[in-house]
Amino acid sequence: MTPADTARSTDAATAPRLTGEGAAAALMLGDDALILSHRLAEWTGHAPALEEDVALANISLDLLGQARTLFSFVGDEDELAYLREERAFRNIQLVEQPNGDFAQTIARQLCFSLAQELRWTAILDSADCPTPIRELAAKAVKETAYHRDHATEWTLRLGDGTEESHARMRRGMAVMWRHTGELFAPVPGLPLDDAALREQWLTALRAVLAEATLDLPEGPDADAWAAGGGREGVHTEPFGFLLAEMQHLHRSHPGATW
Amino acid sequence: MTTAPPAADRSPGPSEWQSAFDAAVAAEERIEPRDWMPDAYRATLVRQIAQHAHSEIIGMQPEANWITRAPSLRRKAILIAKVQDEAGHGLYLYSAAETLGVSRDELLDKLHAGTQRYSSIFNYPTLTWADVGAIGWLVDGAAITNQVPLCRCSYGPYARAMVRICKEESFHQRQGYELLLALSRGTEAQRAMAQDAVDRWWWPSLMMFGPPDDRSAHSAQSMAWKIKRHSNDELRQRFVDICVPQAASLGLTLPDPDLRWNEERGRHDFGAIDWEEFSQVLKGNGPCNEQRISQRRRAHEEGAWVREAASAHAAKRRARETAPTGRLPGSTTGRPADRTAAPKGAPAS
Ligand SMILES: [Fe+2]
Ligand SMILES: [Fe+2]
Repeated sequence: MTPADTARSTDAATAPRLTGEGAAAALMLGDDALILSHRLAEWTGHAPALEEDVALANISLDLLGQARTLFSFVGDEDELAYLREERAFRNIQLVEQPNGDFAQTIARQLCFSLAQELRWTAILDSADCPTPIRELAAKAVKETAYHRDHATEWTLRLGDGTEESHARMRRGMAVMWRHTGELFAPVPGLPLDDAALREQWLTALRAVLAEATLDLPEGPDADAWAAGGGREGVHTEPFGFLLAEMQHLHRSHPGATW
Repeated sequence: MTTAPPAADRSPGPSEWQSAFDAAVAAEERIEPRDWMPDAYRATLVRQIAQHAHSEIIGMQPEANWITRAPSLRRKAILIAKVQDEAGHGLYLYSAAETLGVSRDELLDKLHAGTQRYSSIFNYPTLTWADVGAIGWLVDGAAITNQVPLCRCSYGPYARAMVRICKEESFHQRQGYELLLALSRGTEAQRAMAQDAVDRWWWPSLMMFGPPDDRSAHSAQSMAWKIKRHSNDELRQRFVDICVPQAASLGLTLPDPDLRWNEERGRHDFGAIDWEEFSQVLKGNGPCNEQRISQRRRAHEEGAWVREAASAHAAKRRARETAPTGRLPGSTTGRPADRTAAPKGAPAS
């Protein structure tokens, strides 16, 4: 990776600006990407094999790149990441869930990357979505296809691997499942057929799980409680700790440049 | 080297093979995995490449420490990419070692058991963000000084791995320098943070070149085999000479009152290294030895069920492929080509 690859993904000064619903959409998708990237980066140095240290870091970097581009449509990327309070973050609760064991991480990846791939594809196909977001979608859809592939492969290995890995993968899906309810909550500024996307998502997910000798967990609607507040800035308890760690150094030196 | 004796006759090496080997080394030809080589040459390479590979992966820890706290998104991306590169270096080097007939698993077991070493530098803690910069500038910098000559190492696979690795290390070194420069030009607190980090990392970086020449156990033979090209002290001197002007452009000082230009030698004189500290750290008494190795062990042990699942799944797929009515694996998902080291079958671990 060259330094140029990691420089500001879009020159902030020349980046197209979005306002109103377009900006809200960029923030929602950007927060999803930023927070999931952060969680995946936590694996670095702790992964079950060196190949996975590399692969998870790779996915984390793709997502961080997407977040930075989306933030550039709204304002200063560091102000957005480091200076907002918890209630101002618009990511869904799924992406902030702790990594758990490798199976839980893979379950979260499977649910999210399948959904994200469908959404990026739909954005790319919809002339009604904001142009800058559609331009990003062209690149993001390819990255997300790899993330989905990675999650799929591991779901198959774990689900149809050993007795222990099967049990862990089933548990991983159960843990993450209740947080999938808001994956297809309508995003203002992105006029997509969210109900249809959700159906496609369920079909795809069911197919992967079936091949992995697993069943779809009970639907979120069937539970007494299901996630749903992320887009309004209501998060789960672990999120505050994530932000405390992520923002501490930046906030300790107000106005400093790094 | 192009002639390989029949595999069955590899050892013990009759004298004509020894002379052919010696001639190839003398002629600066590369020794390749299938060439005959003395047992001691093989053992030395395994020890050195393994130690190098272990250093890459243990070296991920002190920096990965700061990924979740990186103070800007740009720095965060650079840091994730850097630590990812180090994992990649580990992969190339374990592969290079495997060409000598040892497996990654065996080598990892030895690392975890403490019978093979990694660079003692990684037993020092990263206490502030500036340490990430100091590691890039000094530790990656020292690694480059050590490793550039290894690109001409007599053993082909090691030399080739080093060419790739050195390119990436020089990015790391520049990024570390640039990180420190931003701090040095920043607020008072940032400047102090940068100076403190350089103060703590300077001497351990000089120790990275190993004991002084008169106390170096393996140097002479390794030089004769052209595994090693320059003595520890020569490389250390080169490193000091490179760093002094860079420290000046950073506006930071190096913590050595005896450091000064020697007109006569045309090189810098520098103070005495605390070799007692070095030997204590090597013995396991550094600030982080225990922490680094137990994190590595934990990751390995906690990942065992994942690696077992991958092998079990791969075996099931193979069985299905050979079974007459077996379903084709991968038939339900469209799979684009794997990127980088994304898993392909069971991870070799
Ligand atoms: Fe490296
Ligand atoms: Fe490096």
